[in-house]
Amino acid sequence: MSASYLMKRVGYGLLLMLGVVILNFLLIRLAPGDPAVVIAGEMGGATEEMLESIREEYGLNKPLLTQLWIYVSGVVRFDLGQSFFFNQPVTTLIAQRILPTILLVITAQILSILLGVFLGVIASRKPGGVVSAFVSVFATIGYAVPVFWTGIMLIILFASILPIFPVEGMLSVKLRDANIFVQALDVLHHLVLPAFTLAIIYLAQYARLGRASMLEVLGSDYIRTARAKGASERSVLFKHALRNAALPILTVAGLQFGNLISGALLVETVFNWPGMGRLAFDSILRRDYPTIMGVLFFASFMVVVANILTDMSYRWADPRLRGKS
Amino acid sequence: MSERALNKAESPALEAWRIFRRNVPALIGVVILTVIVLATLYGSFIYTGDAFEIVWAPHEPPGVTPDFPLGTDYLGRSVVAGMLTGGGPTLAVGAAAAAITMVIGVTLGALAGFHGGWVDNLLMRITEFFQVLPALLFAMVLVTLFSPSLLTIAIAIGVVSWPQTARLTRAEFLKVKELEYVTAARAIGARDARIIWKVILPNAAPPLIVSATLTIGVAILFEAGLSFLGLGDPNVMSWGLMIGANRDYILDAWWPVTFPGLAIFLTVFAVSLIGDGLNDAFNPKMRER
Repeated sequence: MSASYLMKRVGYGLLLMLGVVILNFLLIRLAPGDPAVVIAGEMGGATEEMLESIREEYGLNKPLLTQLWIYVSGVVRFDLGQSFFFNQPVTTLIAQRILPTILLVITAQILSILLGVFLGVIASRKPGGVVSAFVSVFATIGYAVPVFWTGIMLIILFASILPIFPVEGMLSVKLRDANIFVQALDVLHHLVLPAFTLAIIYLAQYARLGRASMLEVLGSDYIRTARAKGASERSVLFKHALRNAALPILTVAGLQFGNLISGALLVETVFNWPGMGRLAFDSILRRDYPTIMGVLFFASFMVVVANILTDMSYRWADPRLRGKS
Repeated sequence: MSERALNKAESPALEAWRIFRRNVPALIGVVILTVIVLATLYGSFIYTGDAFEIVWAPHEPPGVTPDFPLGTDYLGRSVVAGMLTGGGPTLAVGAAAAAITMVIGVTLGALAGFHGGWVDNLLMRITEFFQVLPALLFAMVLVTLFSPSLLTIAIAIGVVSWPQTARLTRAEFLKVKELEYVTAARAIGARDARIIWKVILPNAAPPLIVSATLTIGVAILFEAGLSFLGLGDPNVMSWGLMIGANRDYILDAWWPVTFPGLAIFLTVFAVSLIGDGLNDAFNPKMRER
């Protein structure tokens, strides 16, 4: 993997982020009404003093390009403005919330890929069999269920009928002073339902995709060769075939990341998971635009990073791509 | 030799229909969707009642009072009335959003695939940019900034969902534009616009029709998610709004959230069965995948 390719990818990523910043800037200005009122987010209740200080800080009396410059140079210094509702800088707010979201999204991603690909591989052994049919039906159902509703149904199930998993929050109140190890276990315990809820949709898609790409690979000559030289069925499936069927799965995993964040937003709201999605929901209800825009910025940033990582792992998984730039 | 082969060649659309009507899951999808559409269109004639009106004690379980077969919600509003009136907006927004998605996506994808070069480059960079923004979050921002109504919601969903359609259209255009009949059209002096819309697009249509169907499903889920978060039009009852409004009381009453969720699920399920059926009908060779 060449360093210059990585530099190029990162440079392009930065360009995309600049685009997101400019979009944020334009959205606030394009919204109906006085931008100072929009930024204050008090829906007409802001004092004249407050509006004046916002105009001063954001340079709202200056030409548009100067305003843009003030905004962009702020973002470069990690200054995304002040949340007037939470009365804290937006970056501080997001710093408190970003780790729970990353934990939830990554867990769901790993869970859905592992379980999904496993189901897909099993299904590919007998294309007309029971598992195969189950995978297709499950994939169609998984695609059609609203994720927030799945979450609510699981809450009903696990709160009243089978109370083995906590249905709300990330850490039990009584463990606030416990040692870090106990706390970590408790977080994992709380993570089960939200992560599983989020994983279900994508699990089904990976199963379907895994099945299709395995079927394609299993028909190729090198699989016949592997079988002919007496490799065990497990080795053929999981070692020879899966390695080659993995590339399309990787592509989709990269493309799905943005959708996963959208899904996390709903799941966090349902399970009261203290992440960025929950923050976005709270700040949208309060019309707290600096915070909303901050969340949009950081969520896009996560997608850009995920895309670069996917690209890199791609080159690692498929040596044929390494020479190209 | 069969009679069909002796007659003149069957048109592709007819052949697709012949395959589609034998596809049992797809027909089940058509039946479910028809029932749902008829219920949302005409259901209020059979069961009259305002979905916002408080008509009974709160949290009446389903099946107890004959007037309220699906029970009442936390305020004492009839769940069955909400189910019947709440489907219309969801379906309308889903269809409108899918139409907007297709118009933006097909136009940009067609221009990129047909012209290539810097046009392609520029349009694909824009597409990539839009794919970086998490769709639901971006839609939430748009709806909040420009105040929620059925129209702004449909536009917001369209604005965040078009990139995939654009990519698909571009890929199809790249494939089709190399074929002989396009060269032939060019040779007889057809203009670019004519070649794009009259020659290439009809031949690239089958995968786009499948994608449009699936887009309706995604748009319905989007609308449901936005309404669930309380970002729908507050004056219009919808399935997502019912779930969102009753969400704090799920441990006391399961029915006001379960039924609307089932309705959303069945609608999207039916749409995707139809989409899969169309896909099989247009690509008979791919059916075993």
